[in-house]
Amino acid sequence: MANTQSLCTSFLGELMTATHNFGASPIRAASTADTFKAALYITTATVNASTTVYSASNEVNGTNYTAGGVTVTNGNIPNATNSSATAGVAYWTPSASIVYSNVTLSTAFDSVLIYNSTQSNKAVAVYTFTSQVISAGDFSLTMPTNSTTTALVRLSTT
Amino acid sequence: MLVNTIHGEMDDSLLVKKEGSIDNDNEFTTWVEYWLDGELVHRSAHVTLKTSLFTQLEAAEIG
Repeated sequence: MANTQSLCTSFLGELMTATHNFGASPIRAASTADTFKAALYITTATVNASTTVYSASNEVNGTNYTAGGVTVTNGNIPNATNSSATAGVAYWTPSASIVYSNVTLSTAFDSVLIYNSTQSNKAVAVYTFTSQVISAGDFSLTMPTNSTTTALVRLSTT
Repeated sequence: MLVNTIHGEMDDSLLVKKEGSIDNDNEFTTWVEYWLDGELVHRSAHVTLKTSLFTQLEAAEIG
C-alpha cells in the first residue's frame, strides 16, 4: 500500500452540497436542495465566468417569458465517483429539459445562466448555443447525460 | 394539425413549414418555422447541450 496526494473525491461531491465551509457562508434555512433557475440572455449580453449573480440586464424579454426564467428540475443529487488514487469527478445535471413554453422572444439570444435563486440568485454556470429567436413557440434545452464525462456541471481531479 | 402562431392557432395546411438543424461539438439543435404569406408566424427551437462545463481541481504539494 502507498499513500497518494490527492483531493478526496468525496470532498468534490460535498462541495456541491455545501457540506464544507472554509469561510463565511450564508445561513442555510433548510437541508434540502436549493432552487435553481435558468435565465436566457440576448446575444449582446456579457454573461461569463465573471458573472456572480443573476441580473435582468440584457435578459430576453417577450410574451410568456417571466424575468428570471424558469425553475430547473432538480431530481438528481450530486454524485462523486472515484476513478483512481488521485482522480475523481463530482457531477450534477438537471433531471429534465429546461423548457420555455409558448414564448415569443424576438431579440436573438444565445445563452442561458443557471443560478441559485435560494441563495440570493448567485450564479452557477453559463451555457451558450447558436443564437435563436422564437415566435409563438417553445424553446427547450435538453440536458446531457448525467455521467462523469458529460454531466452539465463537473468538478474533477486527475 | 393546428399550429400555435402569433395570430392564434392555424391549420398547418395554410402555412409553409421550414425545418433545420445545427450539429456541432457544442450542441444539436433543431428548429421548425411556419410562414404565412412571407411572415414568420411560428418558430420553435430545441437545443441539446453536448458540452458540459468542468473545473479541474488539484491539491498543492506541501513544502
